[in-house]
Amino acid sequence: MADTPSRPTEMTLAQARDALANGELSSKELTQAHVQAVESARQLKAYITETPERASTMAEAADARRQKGESRGPLDGVPIAIKDLFCTKDVLTTAGSHVLDGFTPPYESTVTSKLWDAGAVMLGKTNLDEFAMGSSNETSYYGAAENPWRRQGDNRPLVPGGSSGGSASAVAARAALGATGTDTGGSIRQPAALTGITGLKPTYGRCSRFGIVAFASSLDQAGPMARTVRDCAILLGGMAGFDDNDGTSVDTPVPDYEAALTGDIRGLKVGIPKEYRVDGMPREIEELWQQGLDWLKDAGAEPVEISLPRTHYALPAYYIIAPAEASSNLARYDGVRFGLRETAGSSLDEMYEATRAAGFGDEVKRRVLIGTYVLSAGYYDAYYNKARKVRTLIAQDFAEAYKQCDVILAPTSPNAAFGVGELADDPIAMYLNDVFTVPASLAGLPALSVPAGLDASGLPLGLQLIGRAFDEETVLRAGEVMEKAANFTAEPAFVAGR
Amino acid sequence: MAVDKDTVAGIAKLARIKVDDAEQEALTKELSNILGWIDELGELDTEGVQPMTSVVEVQHSLRKDVIKDGDRQDDILKNAPESKQGYFVVPRVVE
Amino acid sequence: MADYRLQGDTGEWEVVCGLEIHAQIISDSKLFSAAATEFGAEPNSQVSPVDAGMPGMLPRVNQFCVEQAVKTGLGLRAEINRWSAFERKNYFYADLPQGYQISQYLHPLVGEGTVYLDMPDGSVVPVGIERLHMEQDAGKSLHDQEPGKTYIDLNRSGVGLMEIVSKPDITSPEQAGAYVNKLRSILRYLGTCDGNMAEGSMRCDINVSVRKPGGDLGTRCELKNVNSVRFIMQAIEAEATRQIEILEDGGEIEQQTRLYDPDKRETRALRGKEHAHDYRYFPDPDILPLIVENDWVERIKASMPELPDEKKQRFIDEYGLSAYDAGVLVAEQAYADFFETLAKGRDPKLAANWFTGDFFGALNKAGVELDAAPVDSAKLGELLDLIADETISGRIAKDVFEEMWETGKPAGQIVEDKGLKQITDTSELEGIVDKIVADNPDQVAQVQDGNQKVKGWFVGQVMKATGGKANPKLVNEILAKKLG
Repeated sequence: MADTPSRPTEMTLAQARDALANGELSSKELTQAHVQAVESARQLKAYITETPERASTMAEAADARRQKGESRGPLDGVPIAIKDLFCTKDVLTTAGSHVLDGFTPPYESTVTSKLWDAGAVMLGKTNLDEFAMGSSNETSYYGAAENPWRRQGDNRPLVPGGSSGGSASAVAARAALGATGTDTGGSIRQPAALTGITGLKPTYGRCSRFGIVAFASSLDQAGPMARTVRDCAILLGGMAGFDDNDGTSVDTPVPDYEAALTGDIRGLKVGIPKEYRVDGMPREIEELWQQGLDWLKDAGAEPVEISLPRTHYALPAYYIIAPAEASSNLARYDGVRFGLRETAGSSLDEMYEATRAAGFGDEVKRRVLIGTYVLSAGYYDAYYNKARKVRTLIAQDFAEAYKQCDVILAPTSPNAAFGVGELADDPIAMYLNDVFTVPASLAGLPALSVPAGLDASGLPLGLQLIGRAFDEETVLRAGEVMEKAANFTAEPAFVAGR
Repeated sequence: MAVDKDTVAGIAKLARIKVDDAEQEALTKELSNILGWIDELGELDTEGVQPMTSVVEVQHSLRKDVIKDGDRQDDILKNAPESKQGYFVVPRVVE
Repeated sequence: MADYRLQGDTGEWEVVCGLEIHAQIISDSKLFSAAATEFGAEPNSQVSPVDAGMPGMLPRVNQFCVEQAVKTGLGLRAEINRWSAFERKNYFYADLPQGYQISQYLHPLVGEGTVYLDMPDGSVVPVGIERLHMEQDAGKSLHDQEPGKTYIDLNRSGVGLMEIVSKPDITSPEQAGAYVNKLRSILRYLGTCDGNMAEGSMRCDINVSVRKPGGDLGTRCELKNVNSVRFIMQAIEAEATRQIEILEDGGEIEQQTRLYDPDKRETRALRGKEHAHDYRYFPDPDILPLIVENDWVERIKASMPELPDEKKQRFIDEYGLSAYDAGVLVAEQAYADFFETLAKGRDPKLAANWFTGDFFGALNKAGVELDAAPVDSAKLGELLDLIADETISGRIAKDVFEEMWETGKPAGQIVEDKGLKQITDTSELEGIVDKIVADNPDQVAQVQDGNQKVKGWFVGQVMKATGGKANPKLVNEILAKKLG
């Protein structure tokens, strides 16, 4: 790790934590620097809502605690960003959708509430694809967040990936030390890869979903996004844990994730799934994948060729299950109790139809309609039930694979960041961005994306480590080893405050 | 499987999303493409496979019957587009 | 009991009904949230963000509601499914905040069972239970507060319901009425639902079809929300009559949802159903499958009270009551308890007669519930004791009871104050009889000619002369002796 940078916004979260601990820096200073960074990065549209006053109050409280010797731990006084899918009490929560206009929840999500209890400081709410449906951030009602990276010699804006694109963009541009994301089919990992940062989707059930605007309930999972594996480990420690308000959260102890970063992966069996070598995979991604394996081998890991035979069917199964659940989860946006209401004609049904037509963007409508269709009478078995069976098979594939290996290495995304508008007219091409991330989502497994290199045009590429259920520790440990070996020091074209 | 315009109109009605004629046209094409792609699943033999209900292999922990919420009418109504006398108000429902 | 038949132009018709009862579960908090279930609070004051379907809110199943449903299942002699699942029933309605109702569809908590109906002629009719599943109640819509507007109160949203579905075993309005009463009785014994149809804590949908005796089942229509036993019985008759008329005119029954109008005594189709519902049920991903362990079921079983059927049989065996009397007494737990206190150490038949006769009559006349009656079981028991030890006659006891009901005074005191003690002094009675015999030679002659009826006239005369206080047994003995 490089020496601690002088600019607080360019520290890692761990460095900032240490600087706070040894008194080199106050949370107030750290937070102020970040509030300015957020302002100066506005062109990225990474944030939908900035909360500088709240940040300042929280920072002062953190400093006061520390002075009294009552610090709450590694996150106390650390400024972070929150994906605008997490409900935050009395702070506008939009899910990137017009339909939630003006919605200020009377409650706080469990994950954010744990973070605030740990002393974290809230910088604001970050941009996202509408209801987390998208892989480019372009479906946000608030305008697409931009990637701070640019292709070499080309200043055209690129997407930060999605759906947690605002969080990725903010962290990459040094406008937050870390951020929360949510991942349904790749929404943490793919934007992390496309912006050169690190992102972890934990095991389904590891973090509470209570207070997170639901997209696809059987898949949604909150996780950390930050510039290093260590930072993700620290953040995850503040987010994870059983929650009595979420019947799908799992009551199992939260380990010290940072302590898992021992650097020792000798004897670790790393599975390479042959089915991930898809046709037309860019050579540089294939090479990077091999490079990643070599790094792990150099550290003492053993490569194992594995097979996940049903991989090819993961994406279509996902695009049945997720829209089906979404079509039901989004029924509550009806103009009655919160958010947008469009009155047209005089009947309740007309109000519903007008509100939802005006409130939802095209991609959300597409998915709600697909979901409605696959659940409707006569199609349920052919589509929805079939997809659930495929999901069972995909989970079995992983279970089989983990008899031979401890962790699986794969690319995160089949491509680097693409241009704004490039895929906007082709939903399926957009969906294919999730080809490497969706299988782990369907199986509920933890998966980490680590920046591993650059493509020919100078854009970051990520590698993904997929672990056994509730074995985030192995994933993080191997990830940190790979991160060290990769020594990814490239920086985006835009860095806040420079 | 391809869908026709009437099917799109039907599911839009079920989903309570107003879709005008031009949108119906476009959606018919888009949804047909997506469904065509999804149809790949048909290739996979799933005979005898249990459909996955939840990826979490634990049972729902039950909640104790204790009153811990409610008595917060303001919270419940504060985001409502229209409310009166403690009620949400909507256009008249015809039974 | 004769089979129920409706007479049409082409002959007799049978009615076939299945009932779906929605019973609100008695619990402190709601099925999926920690808000209170109490009836009649300020609008939207018993609502959590979960019940209001707010973004990111998640349901959590109330353990006690599950226990109540299991208990009810056991009370219906039904199988308890150890593995069941909650599903979402998707539709839009103003008082359905989530846009779906969480219910159980493919995998209900409770499977097949049986309810036994106690018919007025003493016969017992078994009705099959198809299933019992748990689901959440919707909120309430008020349509009359402001023109062109509907007001929504979500206090009821999320209250636990048990939907109890019968098999199509019910073949007359009387059986339907008996079924609802019996179910209500079982639920109240168990304490799982208060059975209050007027407040909507028990609601009834009826599937009605008709057929020629022994023929194939006809197309059914569903009558929604019929909310009293009387209306249920009327509605079935009205709907069956309508269907018979259509069929006899050569028409076909259209499967539809209808409402019963008690004023017009007819059913009408619900409007606005032009597009068929497609509820798109699927397993609720927020709620993992519900596993009910054996030992839990056993513990619930052990906590079950004696239910109406068992109690009825015991009353017949232990107290020698008729099936009908026993059935009446066990309909309400409170009746049964009252009776058992009353019958303790007394003649059970006398107790049953008094309780179901004069006492019920007085309750009905006063229109009060048992617990509000001015005469309790101890006071009534005192009266029965006075009859038993022949202090007063049964006839006088009726007057004393009326006085007790009005004043709340104990029976003994009323008898004392009013001098109603029975005359059991043989010589005193003989004197009175002698006088009446002497004064009425014609009647004496008639008796001696063999006209036994006139003997009764003499009893009446003695009673009249004694203000009803004469011991009837003694009077009969003396008269027999004197009149020969």
